[in-house]
Amino acid sequence: MGGGTLLIPILTIFLSFDQKLSQGINLLSFLVMAIFSLYIHYRNGFIVTKNLFWIIFFGVISSVLGAVLMSFLPSRILKMIFGVFLCCLAIVEFIKVFKK
Amino acid sequence: MKTQEKEENLNAKTEKKEKLSLKTKLILSLCGIAIGFINGFFGGGGGMICVPLLEKVLHLPNKYSHATAIAVIFPISFVSALIYLLSGSLETVPFLTVGSGVLLGGIVGSLLLKFLPAKVVRIIFVFVMLAGGIRLLF
Repeated sequence: MGGGTLLIPILTIFLSFDQKLSQGINLLSFLVMAIFSLYIHYRNGFIVTKNLFWIIFFGVISSVLGAVLMSFLPSRILKMIFGVFLCCLAIVEFIKVFKK
Repeated sequence: MKTQEKEENLNAKTEKKEKLSLKTKLILSLCGIAIGFINGFFGGGGGMICVPLLEKVLHLPNKYSHATAIAVIFPISFVSALIYLLSGSLETVPFLTVGSGVLLGGIVGSLLLKFLPAKVVRIIFVFVMLAGGIRLLF
């Protein structure tokens, strides 16, 4: 988990990929990885399918909105928003690590 | 075999509370909207919200919530990947090269994870995220 939050900045910063391309690549490689990990987790019985309907239903709808909105934004702006998002995630993670 | 028993126990436990209260449904739906939007907009990161949601609202234990989060994010990512494809934000060659690297790294990483304490991994993760985030701002 969390691989994507690393892959996107790596591609954008070190390989100077377009921010949108990095995000798209991250989505696709997640899908490929997820097929394997879902299979393994399912066999180990770690996946609880109950009560997921509400999250997935609304999640799918708003993900379309998010992706469409993203496609209208220039990559430079998107890059900055993503930078802010990453910093927020880092701070939340940092607090969580030291709470335990 | 043992894990199967565990799963049945867990399903039995959630079955008692099968009728979700309206409030829980509302929380799940709102978080679904947030997860979907972030995952579509940033091309990832939805799992970072989904895991704590499953832990706190549906009371799933740690391992279950991580595995189940992948099952939640999968259809969401699938739909947003389609939009990315349609809007022309994807190219085949970089995907194939990066994708195979990710797959390889995923295998190596999951093997290494057994040797590194979780806390160390998370602290490294925090600093890489912070450095990447600040670098992207400028």
